[in-house]
Amino acid sequence: MGKRVLITGLGTFWGSRLAQALEADPNVDVIVGLDRNAPDVPLARTEYVRSDESYSILSRIVKAARIDTIVHTFLVMDSTQMSSRQIHEINVIGTMNLFAAASASASTVRNVVVKSSTLVYGAHPKDPVWFSEETRRAAGPVQMVERSLLEVESYVRDFAVDNPQIVVAMLRFSNVLGPDITTPLAKALDLPLVPRMFGFDPRFQFVHETDVVRAILFVLEREIQGTFNVAGDGLLPWSEVAALCGKRTIPLSPWGLGLLSAPIRRLGIELPPELIDLLRHGRGVDNRRLKQRGFAYNFTSAETVTDFVGSLRVGAMTAATGAAYQYERDVEQFFRHSPAVVNPD
Amino acid sequence: MAPSEKPTKTATKARRVVKLPVPAEAHTPSVALAVVPSKPEADQHGDLRRSDVDEWGRSAKSRDLARRIYGPLYRSWHRVEWDGLDKIPSHGGALLVSNHAGAIPGDAPAIMHGIEEEIGRPVYGLADEMFKRLPIAGTLWARTGGVLAHPDNAYRLLREQQQLALVFPEGTKGTGKYYRDRYQLRRFGRGGFVQIAMRAGVPIVPIAVVGAEEAMPILWKNTPLAKMLGLPYAPITANMLAFAALGPLGALLPLPAKIKIRVLDPVSFDVEPDQPRYSRSLVMDESEHIRQHIQDALLDMLRDRKSVWFG
Repeated sequence: MGKRVLITGLGTFWGSRLAQALEADPNVDVIVGLDRNAPDVPLARTEYVRSDESYSILSRIVKAARIDTIVHTFLVMDSTQMSSRQIHEINVIGTMNLFAAASASASTVRNVVVKSSTLVYGAHPKDPVWFSEETRRAAGPVQMVERSLLEVESYVRDFAVDNPQIVVAMLRFSNVLGPDITTPLAKALDLPLVPRMFGFDPRFQFVHETDVVRAILFVLEREIQGTFNVAGDGLLPWSEVAALCGKRTIPLSPWGLGLLSAPIRRLGIELPPELIDLLRHGRGVDNRRLKQRGFAYNFTSAETVTDFVGSLRVGAMTAATGAAYQYERDVEQFFRHSPAVVNPD
Repeated sequence: MAPSEKPTKTATKARRVVKLPVPAEAHTPSVALAVVPSKPEADQHGDLRRSDVDEWGRSAKSRDLARRIYGPLYRSWHRVEWDGLDKIPSHGGALLVSNHAGAIPGDAPAIMHGIEEEIGRPVYGLADEMFKRLPIAGTLWARTGGVLAHPDNAYRLLREQQQLALVFPEGTKGTGKYYRDRYQLRRFGRGGFVQIAMRAGVPIVPIAVVGAEEAMPILWKNTPLAKMLGLPYAPITANMLAFAALGPLGALLPLPAKIKIRVLDPVSFDVEPDQPRYSRSLVMDESEHIRQHIQDALLDMLRDRKSVWFG
């Protein structure tokens, strides 16, 4: 019997990417994706359920579909996307409800993978150059996204302790770049002048979007337990990242950025506070624990940036040509269930 | 080593007075560097990289430039003289431990410059996070070999990469002391440096420096001002008064005290590396022993010193 997988955040980049990858896996029988928004990529056999993060819906779906594997990708890492209240609801309350549903009596769940972020380490002058999975933050969380992710992680730990029969993996991803994903960092590098913090040139680490999906599939397939950093080899100074992108930089004042952030946002430049911390102090994480389990990265930090640069160059040309996929419920239902559709098999 | 750096008369003089000659092969940087087992990860993809900044933030080019700028100060101003330079290991990790003095301590650049020039091995200077908070200064500090003194950083440098790391266990307690307290070593932290060396399985090389105290002596300190500026101390130093004509630059220029550096016998520990913790009493004993060793060497060197300026 194959796996029955539930993916949270199907409408997001990660949820839909993972669903596509899992569809290709013959060992996966059922893929159910939850989100408030419809997926924006074509999916062949993933069932999309429009839902919010409330407990009753989650527990009914888990029970009804006999879900045995949960991939929790629906965590917001970018504070420019929504209000802090919404982020709290999605990240903290959503995770709490999901785990409550997964640990209900007679639950069929036996494997959970959570996509967290290296944001949980913060960015502080007292940071070590490399954070291991065990290293504690140098200072308490200041940024709202970091605080909510730390709460999420504490739920994950509690869940793992309370349910020793369930294999729980938590992956902390570094700064993601790639041809397709849009992050605040990618947007900053796409600006005509790349912002930097005056007098600071911290070192950045990157992970390629395909390595992110590969890492999640890797721990799913092998049912690996534990917490892992996922990040490419090597650290690059921010000035070098900008140079690799062929961009000039513009210095931001290291003082009073809080006051400046509103006018900066008016200019269409979105610099979330967690990115501003990163521009000051940078962050490196030790990626060796997952490598020891046999995972091999396709991209180093420098290779990730180089690959991203290529897509930046052609980005303007392809944006107009590619017809965006639009999810239409009735059309999808027709393709999947109508006897009129002839299956190529 | 800077190829363009032609030794001047004073330079050759400074090098000639090294009492114990360094083995000839140790002068070739390639030999010393070749034994470093693991290259920093960031350097393995040289073709993609646009800068030579390593994972610690150090850039060999920036360091080279810094040595070229600091060279004249090292040779002609402080006329730095080494004793026992051959006790610095030519390969393998080692934790260099020294006394720390002067408002802007001149001992750190002198030790780093001397070892890099004479032995051809990079030296990473471990210090607290104060530098990292400052714009420009923090970046320059990192590019020229400054690394935050975090146990994880020290372990990776010493154990995994077998590098030389320099640490001043007195910290700002050493640099912030008054001139009247000169050459009286402060507490050596909480012995963390011993624990790091034990965990990394590397020897500690104690170093005694004479002259940095007189290069920038603190005559008076204002604590409220320091607190306001977020600095460990806000002093009036002797060189500020002496070079008042130079304006703010005078505060940075040290007095031309003769700097003498004596490398003491390396201390190895008879414990297993990689332990999560070590006996507190053993750590404190070793820490106190090393402190006493450096203190004795300082008094010995001061006994022989005829002049602050000429050694």
